[in-house]
Amino acid sequence: MDDLIAARFQMGLSLGFHIVFACIGMIMPVLMAYSEWKWIRTNKQVYYDIAKAWSKGVAIFFAVGAVSGTVLAFELGLLFPEFMKHAGPIIGMPFSWEGTAFFIEAIALGVFLYGWKKLNKWVHWLSGIVVGVSGIMSGIFVVAANAWMNCPAGFTWQNGKPINIDPVTAMFNNAWFQEALHMILAAFIATSFAVAGVHAFLLLKKRGNIFHTTAIKIALSFGVVAAFLQPISGDISAKNLAKYQPAKLAALESLYKTTKSADILIGGIPLGLIAVEAGWIVTEVGRQPWIIYGVMKTKDAVSYMPGLRYSFYVITVIYILLTTIIIWLMQRQIGSLEKNYPSAVTINN
Amino acid sequence: MLQIVIVILVISFALYTLLGGADFGAGIVETFRGSKGEKAVSKAMAPVWEANHVGLILAIVIIFTGFPRVYSTISLYLHIPLMIVLIGIVMRGSSFIFRFYDTDDKTFHKYFSVLFKISSFITPVFLGIIFGAMLLGRINLNNRGSFYERFIMPWFNLFCLSVGFFIASLFAYVAATFLVGETAKTPEQKKYIYLSKIFLFFTFALGIFVVLTAEQECHHLFYGFFKSSLSIAAFIIVVVLVPVIFYLYNHTNIFYLRAVIGAQVILIILGWFAIHFPVLVYEKSGDNLTFFNTAASDATLYQLLIALFVGLLLIVPSFYFLFKIFKRTGPIKPDSIT
Repeated sequence: MDDLIAARFQMGLSLGFHIVFACIGMIMPVLMAYSEWKWIRTNKQVYYDIAKAWSKGVAIFFAVGAVSGTVLAFELGLLFPEFMKHAGPIIGMPFSWEGTAFFIEAIALGVFLYGWKKLNKWVHWLSGIVVGVSGIMSGIFVVAANAWMNCPAGFTWQNGKPINIDPVTAMFNNAWFQEALHMILAAFIATSFAVAGVHAFLLLKKRGNIFHTTAIKIALSFGVVAAFLQPISGDISAKNLAKYQPAKLAALESLYKTTKSADILIGGIPLGLIAVEAGWIVTEVGRQPWIIYGVMKTKDAVSYMPGLRYSFYVITVIYILLTTIIIWLMQRQIGSLEKNYPSAVTINN
Repeated sequence: MLQIVIVILVISFALYTLLGGADFGAGIVETFRGSKGEKAVSKAMAPVWEANHVGLILAIVIIFTGFPRVYSTISLYLHIPLMIVLIGIVMRGSSFIFRFYDTDDKTFHKYFSVLFKISSFITPVFLGIIFGAMLLGRINLNNRGSFYERFIMPWFNLFCLSVGFFIASLFAYVAATFLVGETAKTPEQKKYIYLSKIFLFFTFALGIFVVLTAEQECHHLFYGFFKSSLSIAAFIIVVVLVPVIFYLYNHTNIFYLRAVIGAQVILIILGWFAIHFPVLVYEKSGDNLTFFNTAASDATLYQLLIALFVGLLLIVPSFYFLFKIFKRTGPIKPDSIT
């Protein structure tokens, strides 16, 4: 395998892996905090059980999201050092905000996951809100950095070097808003429908169960609103593409034709997450051959260390292994629901 | 402005060495305490381990925003050890959380535990190797020579390896001392005090070994040390604090014990830093990368500072809150998560 292709595959794989965990880590705290709020207000056991059951799954997803995110922070340089040498000072600002937001998210999540019995209800609930808000903020910052690669701004390119760097203009480039909006809505849709899907599947086995019906209601109330808003956001994005990256829009249209038949095949649980993956493939692959659109080509940014493909092979094996283990662990968590939560056994008539 | 960025970089680095170090070290120390160790480590670390590691992300962001050439040079020439560190971080975080949440299946639990301990040791060793390679001056920016000369020789040598082991031992020392305060029973506490003493000895011995191997690899650490009065002062205080620690061991005063160890670690970093300042990466032909010749433009540094400043304003109190909840009142009970 060619080293450039290997580097691109590795970056793609790492992003594709991380984005699933990032979405879940961003949105689940919102759903958990909502459920906890309902519990505090109504004092119904089922809301407490749902928030608690979710929080265990989230701990696993968040941990894997955190470590795979750390991998990405390094891979940018490991695979594309030439890119980071020039891009760092320009888009470092959203990254440093992202680091801050993520730091707070990690702290608040520690408080939320382990503070159930130690804190006042409202303080605990508030920590969940902080996780949700800082998670979404960190998502927005990272996407703003990515948007800059698609719509470079805030510098002048001269003799192969950026001069007159203005990090603020770079961050608030022409694509940041629509990309961030689209991503956050996509995260809501994907996560909410995935959660609703899992509980719907479990409900099939245990019809009328209050735990699963309530969980579905919570998840769908977020997912449906986001799904309603997403086409509007998509339209804004497409119009923006038509203006700044027409080639990508064209590719997007043709891609749509070739995958049309797939719509019927995939259904239920993973549909939302597949949409997120497809969306990122459009954003990232659609930018090629540029790493900074119209400024620097990916082949000029890639590391010249020979044998990059071996990194790719190793990372692939590790991520496949992790995915397998996580699926297995989630199955076990789901299997022990009835043992741990009284409301998971209750049947409504 | 540049000075403030440097100060914050050193702070985040010290933060990472202390908190991340305690975290990595816990995995090493656990090896010597069997299943009892696992319980203590899990209880002590579960609520804080993710936050402990964000110091690394902060340091990386500062380097690639403020000193981009340093970041791209390290990631190009030290690709292999960095990859190993990354794999270690992934393995460690996942195996820790997997075994913490899945206690039913004994076989898999055992595998996760082994993986956790191995990666807790390998990751800091390779962090140290990278650190050593930045200072040894074998990195050749001309990019001439064989694969071995360019991408392996800069880090694969006795000096870098001894820095790696030094770092791992330092982390284990911090962790063992930290865990003294996390265990309630006196006999358990005694065992951690004993481990803390052992790792204190190892860290000291490895420190000497680092200086010796540096001489052998023609890197004059000793000479640099004597030229920096700050390093000498730091070293003297670190040594003077050793009897203080022995006094505190016997009186098991957790708060002062932690404070003194923290001071030692910060002084070691400061001393080390003072020897090499302002160089970040030594280059083979003397074309060294320093804070000054790699710093980004003022506009960038200014924005970076704003972000860091607001960040610290938010992070410091939240960190205090997190530790207040979980650390002042002793270890969390195992049932508080289930």
